[in-house]
Amino acid sequence: MRGSHVVGEAAVRAGCRFYAGYPITPQNELPEYLSARMLDVGGTFIQGESEIASINMVLGAAAAGARAMTSSSSPGIALKQEGISYMAGQELPAVVINMMRGGPGLGNIAPSAADYFQATRGGGNGDYRTPVLAPAGCQELAELTFVAFDLADKYRTPVMLLGDGLMGQVMEPVVFPDFIDLESLPKKEWALTGCKGREARAIFSMYLGQKGELYYHNLNLQEKYDRITASEQRWETVMTEDAELVVIAYGTAARIAESAIEELREEGMRAGLFRPITLWPFPVAPLRQVAKKCHKVAVFELSLGQMLEDVILSVGERAEIYFYGLPGGIIPTPADVAEFIHSSQKADGKVGRRIEV
Amino acid sequence: MNAELAYKKVFGRPESLKDAHTHYCPGCGHSIAHRLVAECLDELGLREKTIGVPPVGCAVLAYNYFNFDMVEAPHGRALAVATGIKRVEPDKFVLTYQGDGDLAAIGTAETIHAANRGEEISTIFINNAIYGMTGGQMAPTTLVGQDATTSPGGRVPKLHGRPIDISRMIAICEGTVYVERCAISSIKNIRRAKKAIKKSFQCQLDGLGFSMVELLSPCPTNWKLTPKDAWAWINDVMVKTYPLGVIKDSTGYEDKK
Repeated sequence: MRGSHVVGEAAVRAGCRFYAGYPITPQNELPEYLSARMLDVGGTFIQGESEIASINMVLGAAAAGARAMTSSSSPGIALKQEGISYMAGQELPAVVINMMRGGPGLGNIAPSAADYFQATRGGGNGDYRTPVLAPAGCQELAELTFVAFDLADKYRTPVMLLGDGLMGQVMEPVVFPDFIDLESLPKKEWALTGCKGREARAIFSMYLGQKGELYYHNLNLQEKYDRITASEQRWETVMTEDAELVVIAYGTAARIAESAIEELREEGMRAGLFRPITLWPFPVAPLRQVAKKCHKVAVFELSLGQMLEDVILSVGERAEIYFYGLPGGIIPTPADVAEFIHSSQKADGKVGRRIEV
Repeated sequence: MNAELAYKKVFGRPESLKDAHTHYCPGCGHSIAHRLVAECLDELGLREKTIGVPPVGCAVLAYNYFNFDMVEAPHGRALAVATGIKRVEPDKFVLTYQGDGDLAAIGTAETIHAANRGEEISTIFINNAIYGMTGGQMAPTTLVGQDATTSPGGRVPKLHGRPIDISRMIAICEGTVYVERCAISSIKNIRRAKKAIKKSFQCQLDGLGFSMVELLSPCPTNWKLTPKDAWAWINDVMVKTYPLGVIKDSTGYEDKK
């Protein structure tokens, strides 16, 4: 099944009954899939007049208690940042799918991964964080879509699933999780349902009070972000146990790196892979442990070095850090990445570069 | 005469309004508009099934005054948010309450497309021809010649563009069933406004489509007029750009005179 369709089917199975989005390549197969699938399950599909309208429709649907989702690609996600910031402040759950493309601006429609900063740091205003899940392949697209909805509801926050144009297009076999029973989900006691039999409720992000209301609101949000950081880090390690060099990559880049590492292992080189699955919260401590043992890490990204900053913050001087990145939607082959790994091993600077900390 | 008859309550606070002091300036139209909305909801028995969306602007804190569920929308996005709510809860009564900057400038796209989709939502559009909350800047609806802090000396079409008549634009949309422009500028006009609001609410209850009531509303503070002169300015000046009356009515309702 095609990656974009996988996300659509997984969302429906995870209980999503509201989708709004605006066409943008390379993720159009997702809204196209849902435009028909939502009808089957009695849900709502709306093609909004813009990305901004779409994210705000999701905001409304979330306030009314629905599992709601929108999707877009990089420049469209830029437009959705307003709504994401509001939902963070209002503590509304929603899932935002981003199939990244090349930037800045209109860039191109190739599968870049230059929006790590946009996803993990956010372009919206305020002291907020957005959990970001980075799948590497169709099976994980399905599973992490479920995780995204659960995290969103559990912590009442927008959650982003960060793929790229390649992942949205690629076809792989998938085993879907079963449909969840919507009735089995915890009741959303905060949702707006009309005030019959109770006090009227308001959902808002503005705190104008002079008694530190916004100060305490932010502290409460931070306490939540601390809980997410403590409990929700996800990562995968491949052959890191005996590795003398560990490649750090996520998403499509991790798939390419894994192929390269398999080849190098056959040649007898002890290489491994550390793949962050949550980009925020970044798996700092697990990476630090791996770096301490291997003494050499090689960061590979489909950008000019964004996750690299989190690697530097995590690893510091515990290991030598090498970096190789390609901008503009260029996808290197496993052989190219193998060259980078060799070059990092020899520290000859032929492919990529040493990062001085 | 028995006691019950002697002390019959003839006027009080509608249940759809909270017992709260508003932050609105003296003579502001919002307080009256809030009351009209609340009275109509009470009379139609809608309070407990209503979900409202206030604007960003002077009425941003309306959830402190209205006694029903409300969710804040980003500036201009009220009708997108309301769309999400109504589609998830079609049996609830969904209304937006928006000013001219919110509805006719930053939220123009959301407004027109919600209307054109025929969303079953009722919108109260407060047109005071000025940005009130931010301190009197030129609004999309500011009249030609009207003084504002960003059109000093008066709005000049060549420099600042012309006032927008969004109600007529909304009326063109096929999904819109009812648009009327009223004014908070006399007892008679206020009564007419209440009728229009109630009719708009009925449109939603009957599932007809989108409806909107525009209220020309006094802003004495930023117009730099007394409340009394502000009413007179609406009646003498503002109605020339924004004539009162029904702009579109495809409801098929027979109005009770």
